[in-house]
Amino acid sequence: MPMKTRLLLIAVIVASGLLSSFTASMNSYYVQILTFIGINIILGVSLNLINGHTGQFSLGHAGFMAVGGYSAAFLTTTYGPSFLAALGGSSWWSEALLFSGALVVGGIGAAIAGLVVGIPSLRLRGDYLAIITLGFGEIIRVLIQNTDAVGGPRGLTGIPGYTNLFWTFAIAAITIYSISSLVDSTYGRGFLTVRDDEIAASSMGINTTRYKVVAFVIGAFFAGVAGGLYAHSTRYLTPEGFTFQKTVEIVIIVILGGMGNNAGVTVAAILLTVLLEALRSVSDFTWLPQFVRDLTKNRMILFSLVLIALMLLRPQGLFGGFRKPKRT
Amino acid sequence: MKKTLFTTFAAALGLAAPLLLAQEIVVGEIVSMTGDKAGFGTEIHNATMMAVDDTNAAGGVLGKKIKLVSEDTQSKPGEPAAAVQKLISRDKVVAILGEYTSSLTLEAAPICQSAKVPLISPGATNPKVTEVGDYIFRVCFIDPFQGTVLSKFALETLKAKKAAVFTDIKQDYSIGLADFFKAHFAKNGGTIVVEKSYSSGDADFKAQLTAIKSANPDVIMIPGYYSQIGLIAKQARALGITVPLIGGDAWSDSQLVAIGGSAVDGSYFTDHFSAENPDPKVQALLKRYKEKFGKDAGSAAALGYDAAMVLFDSIKRAGTTDEPKLRDAIASTKGYQGISGVITLDEKRNANKPAVILQVKGKDFKYVTTVNP
Repeated sequence: MPMKTRLLLIAVIVASGLLSSFTASMNSYYVQILTFIGINIILGVSLNLINGHTGQFSLGHAGFMAVGGYSAAFLTTTYGPSFLAALGGSSWWSEALLFSGALVVGGIGAAIAGLVVGIPSLRLRGDYLAIITLGFGEIIRVLIQNTDAVGGPRGLTGIPGYTNLFWTFAIAAITIYSISSLVDSTYGRGFLTVRDDEIAASSMGINTTRYKVVAFVIGAFFAGVAGGLYAHSTRYLTPEGFTFQKTVEIVIIVILGGMGNNAGVTVAAILLTVLLEALRSVSDFTWLPQFVRDLTKNRMILFSLVLIALMLLRPQGLFGGFRKPKRT
Repeated sequence: MKKTLFTTFAAALGLAAPLLLAQEIVVGEIVSMTGDKAGFGTEIHNATMMAVDDTNAAGGVLGKKIKLVSEDTQSKPGEPAAAVQKLISRDKVVAILGEYTSSLTLEAAPICQSAKVPLISPGATNPKVTEVGDYIFRVCFIDPFQGTVLSKFALETLKAKKAAVFTDIKQDYSIGLADFFKAHFAKNGGTIVVEKSYSSGDADFKAQLTAIKSANPDVIMIPGYYSQIGLIAKQARALGITVPLIGGDAWSDSQLVAIGGSAVDGSYFTDHFSAENPDPKVQALLKRYKEKFGKDAGSAAALGYDAAMVLFDSIKRAGTTDEPKLRDAIASTKGYQGISGVITLDEKRNANKPAVILQVKGKDFKYVTTVNP
């Protein structure tokens, strides 16, 4: 990775820190939307590694997110107070330590889940893999529903609201940087090879299953971190938040952005999050004809129409998918 | 139904438009208009609109009209957070009504609490909801209360001395109800003769039911969900158990009879409200609801109407929409004559109000009695 990219990463992290320090004077609604944008970027880009770059159709992302979210939230709610007390009360650095620790634990938890699902199932391809990962997502949800320690079906309450714009965008930047660097590295070419032609890849001596598992584990790790951010943003988790629908939302971001195109996926994450919120306000515009305002009361109709239009006009995604490897 | 919905919206917007010029009090509502809770959501939204229209027709509150801003939460976690943020920071609402389900309310509650905007939930029965903070209220009873009500009913109306408890160990709701039932029943002269449990998803209950039968109880309390109550009732009757079965508001679904058939006939359960309540105020509202929306109003409509009316009443009593005066006024709600009963908010901001007991008769749920706390 060139120096320039690394500098850009540091610049984004510093900028998000600066932005975050002005949160108090910002409209909390916009802060919430920005946070969701950041989380969706992490989810989209991490799924892009699996679905876009490596070409595996995974439908388990909400499950990984749930594992990460619940583990991180369990840590901060159960052990958080005693941890902060041991560090001499709650200050910004002790909370930062606790939160970053919880996020990493959440990510690792999700990565382990990714490994457990990945090893047996990644010998399968296409539809079969999709069904297995779909099943996995449901298993996770049912397990959480039956675990009293995390609130069971009633959900986990009292999660501290640690997530702010600094954490969200710093981690989003790190996610984009890590996954882009990985795919662009010599090792990372293997992911693209597996996607482009699995038979050719394995005949060249590439261990395709290993590549797929690695993509799965890394993708799951970042999904877990995103889950942790989500948990400490909404301050409440319920198993119902991690249904198949959540996975579909992330898959839409990836497809709309362009499979295997990180920039496209990032833009799609921003666009979709903003669009859904913007559609809330359409019905407030008094200058629109009455029937349009009535129709937009159900904003999912408009949202679906936009999706259909985009897919008809740009079937390859906003920024084009399946980016050709750069010639060296 | 779609058509009615659209006409409702059209009517609402038409009404709201001229009011934009006048001074108004903006109230927010988060409601599931789409998704799997849309049935409840539509009913609540309709009832809330009725409450707003009724209040405005009577001259509004504090000389101002009420303007309702609704946000759809799509029955989906993640949505209430953004919706509530929008209502608070863009629409500058004075208070928020909703959500009906506990999980969606729990997501909105911390935001309302930190912004110091009162939230009144019509139907979130999870005790944790109001524990979020002193700005969170509800107009329904909480799960543990139903257990106590069932015990009172069993002791006083059914004259039961020996009770059997059959709990769904997978549902917190069920365990909560059972615990409070047992505590109250044992303290007030009854005996719990046998306790058995099952898990959601089970289909064969004969072993547990045989044990229950041999203990010879006067009544069997089964605080589970309607889908399994039908099966349990069928197997119990097949084993020759004839004593009454009782349960909570999770029984309140037409599927109960569809699955249980004649086996659930004559059983009792607690609910928030009965459409047969002879109170003229209740009957008048039900009639108007039916005329306006072409459907029968259920518990959700009654609770939705009450939540809105309790808020408007509190604004009147506070004489202002400023905090913390409005919060204090809501907290001191006492003896409010609502559609779902007399509402008094206790120090934990939960509604302290009677529950109704319904009996399964044929395909219908017949009103039996009202049990006071």
